[in-house]
Amino acid sequence: MPKLGTINELTAYAQELKAQCDPSKPCVTVCGGTGCRANHGLEVASMFEKLLKEKGVCDDIDVRTTGCHGFCAQGPLVVLVPKGVLYVSVKPTDVEEIITSSVQADEIIERLTYRLPGTKKRIAKEEEIPFYANQKRLVFAGSTKMDPTRIEDYIAVGGYSSFRKVLSGVEPEEIIDWVEKSGLRGRGGGGFQTGRKWRSCRKSQAATKYVICNGDEGDPGAFIDRSIMEGNPHSVLEGMAIGAYAIGSNHGYIYVRLEYPLAIENLQIAIEQAREHGLLGDNILGTDFSFDILISRGAGAFVCGESTALMASIEGFVGEPRAKHIHTTEKGLFGMPTNLNNVETWANIPLIIEKGWQWFAGIGSKNSKGTKVFSVVGKVRNTGLVEVPMGITLREIIYDICGGVPDNRKFKGVQTGGPSGGCLPEEKLDLQVDFDCLTEAGSMMGSGGMIVMDDRSCMVEVARYFTEFLTRESCGKCTACREGVMQMLEILDRMTTGKAEMSDIDLLEEVCLYVKENSICGLGKSAPNPTLSSLKYFRDEYLEHIEHKRCRAGICRDLTTFIISDDKCKACGKCIKSCPVEAITGQKKVTHVIDYDACISCGVCREVCPFDAVDTK
Amino acid sequence: MAKIKTIIDGIEVEVERDSWAIDVARELGIDIPTLCYHPALGPYGACRLCVVEVTKSKWTWLATACDLPIREELSIKTNTPEVIRSRKMAMELIMARAPRAESLFPLAEKLGVTKPRFKCRDDIGNCILCGLCVRMCDQIIGVSAINFANRGHKRIVTTPLHKKADKCIGCNVCVEVCPTGHVKTLDDGSFRHMQTWDADLEMLHCLICDKPYIPAKQFKVISDKLEGIELKRICPVCRRKETVDNLRYAVVEKVS
Ligand SMILES: Cc1cc2nc3c(=O)[nH]c(=O)nc-3n(C[C@H](O)[C@H](O)[C@H](O)COP(=O)(O)O)c2cc1C
Ligand code: SF4
Ligand code: FES
Repeated sequence: MPKLGTINELTAYAQELKAQCDPSKPCVTVCGGTGCRANHGLEVASMFEKLLKEKGVCDDIDVRTTGCHGFCAQGPLVVLVPKGVLYVSVKPTDVEEIITSSVQADEIIERLTYRLPGTKKRIAKEEEIPFYANQKRLVFAGSTKMDPTRIEDYIAVGGYSSFRKVLSGVEPEEIIDWVEKSGLRGRGGGGFQTGRKWRSCRKSQAATKYVICNGDEGDPGAFIDRSIMEGNPHSVLEGMAIGAYAIGSNHGYIYVRLEYPLAIENLQIAIEQAREHGLLGDNILGTDFSFDILISRGAGAFVCGESTALMASIEGFVGEPRAKHIHTTEKGLFGMPTNLNNVETWANIPLIIEKGWQWFAGIGSKNSKGTKVFSVVGKVRNTGLVEVPMGITLREIIYDICGGVPDNRKFKGVQTGGPSGGCLPEEKLDLQVDFDCLTEAGSMMGSGGMIVMDDRSCMVEVARYFTEFLTRESCGKCTACREGVMQMLEILDRMTTGKAEMSDIDLLEEVCLYVKENSICGLGKSAPNPTLSSLKYFRDEYLEHIEHKRCRAGICRDLTTFIISDDKCKACGKCIKSCPVEAITGQKKVTHVIDYDACISCGVCREVCPFDAVDTK
Repeated sequence: MAKIKTIIDGIEVEVERDSWAIDVARELGIDIPTLCYHPALGPYGACRLCVVEVTKSKWTWLATACDLPIREELSIKTNTPEVIRSRKMAMELIMARAPRAESLFPLAEKLGVTKPRFKCRDDIGNCILCGLCVRMCDQIIGVSAINFANRGHKRIVTTPLHKKADKCIGCNVCVEVCPTGHVKTLDDGSFRHMQTWDADLEMLHCLICDKPYIPAKQFKVISDKLEGIELKRICPVCRRKETVDNLRYAVVEKVS
């Protein structure tokens, strides 16, 4: 491919690629996201290629390995285009049948279709599955259709047209105006106005400025940014190039953690292709704008997602935050003005430029515009990546899209915003999900992690668990976070093991508030969130742990006694077989009994009992 | 440089833009406790003892004075109930970390901490991670023989790979700045033992009195820095004597 030398050449090239696309031509798309890969998705794809070749029809039917579809728990996923039929959990051995019955003929293979959880109903069409039907996919729309390693795929569907538009003579100030008016706020957690940040970076006078993409994604359980970088890397590059042009920067960095090898690989490929096509480099498309991007690999510390720590890390120092009285837009990377945005923030930019800020500002809630991608995990029927307009309620996400809580259990709480977010109770299910509402409720947006919990989750243990994570991830620089969070954990440990006293609650609250107000960076400032929010919404559980030494969820072993109910036990023997310490005895037709001297309260019997006969005392 | 107006505890001052709040306050004779601040080093903000209450238009918050640059009009109060409460908690957490650091007792008492309500640690000696030793060794001495390792409450100051600190020149600056006496050193005749960093340094002897007085490595580093100017191998005691003698001769000569 020769380098595109002018804006017109890019326009012509895009038209040519588009003309080559035949939307009616059959194509088998196989999800190549990390989740599906882990389940042998790539083998499914190569089996398709092999068999189509053997059958001599590889010219008539395309095979495409795409980015993540977000429905990871069902993978490997195969979608037949243009029919829109989705097959789930596909194995290489299914491929032959799919080709003969479903691609070459028009049959639906029932057993490979998606079954609505908790029912016998099967749905073949992707667009009719509630998980997809109730989403609004903008940022994610491209990933599922394109091969992320082919810049041609991206350009054919209109990619780089926004970049082309701004290079054709839009003033940088005007671009910033658009972004500001669109209402876009940073998706990295803080929710800072993107346009305002750009403007202040543009105003900073310096010979060199940097733009950085934050792909650190340290929240355990969140894989939003990873999926975008893996599945649609060019959208990130295009966003960054537009931002750099608006701010007046010629140097970009993408900071990605090493644990994301596929993201790094696909970004690297995308950068090289963009350079080859003249979309990155010197005098892009014949204009006097030059811009290039380097990838910087992080070692995976949670704190390295924090802006000042991230920049220290790129500079080769230990990732340690500093006070931000002087903003990074004035003095950031290498002491130069630097604009840092999250992956998803950057990926929204081409959409705003293409469709207009008015369109973007029309989506979402009053002060949070556009969509947000969440990774919903835990006790829901459909786990995965969910893109929804801001302002939708928690209930809609958890029930309408993710299918609610499985196994007839009761919803108890949802942790939003990752490990340093907050835990919201059932009363808050109708809360609008946007930056301000979540913060007001004592939680936060964070980077979009959502962990749903049922009545077998202990809220004190949940707080303890996240706090423990944060003691490990604190960089250890400041007293407030290093010592304070550790003392929070110490007290929570006492609570979950029955060693706490009533005064510990006050002490815990006091330290939490101290840490929140006195830490250097956001890690410490938000570390008390899980504890404070559960103290607010689930205080009675704390009191029960301390006063009655009881854990109602049956999770804290020292505070749990299981009992087998006489009425419900059908003496099936399942628990006897599963108990790891052989503490259960019983014969046929006789209610089984737990020997409390041997029992370690692990709860396996409760898990396996088909009749719900085991409960906490 | 533009001057910026600021009010500290009711006193109005004009300061240069980006002066550090702590320096401005101390200049005014206002006492602010610190454990990790040193005027020779850059801002750090780790111990959190120097918090003050800052008000800018309608916003009020707590900030550490040692890393707070004054870049616009601020009103700073160093003695509000919030400030006192915050400093007390910081001290309480520090004392729970290093309960046996006797040199901190007077400050702790002054801030109202006698016995921490928290579980006290007894596994890490008296280090409170103020980082003065690390930063002195790096920023001032230019040697960087020691650094932090590990994250969170496992953080420690240590030598590269926890081995003998082979870069250490034995200058003892870490010992001097350590607020708790955690860093230890011992001179025994021909050697200086940097006990905490596991380094043993050979001493040079004074050419006049023959007493060992400086580690050979330190002597070399200073000599190299002097670039050509000769550094005499004379201990401080003899040097002082020599200077006094020289002066005396000069006076005697002038009089006679
Ligand atoms: C402890 C900590 C971890 C963070 N991790 C991330 C992260 O993984 N990804 C991210 O984009 N932002 C992260 N942030 C937020 C960044 O500091 C920064 O605000 C963000 O990248 C700015 O981009 P935005 O304006 O587009 O949101 C983190 C912040 C803190 C305090
Ligand atoms: S708040 Fe925690 S992570 Fe942030 S600087 Fe302080 S110790 Fe480090
Ligand atoms: S002196 Fe300011 S934080 Fe230690």
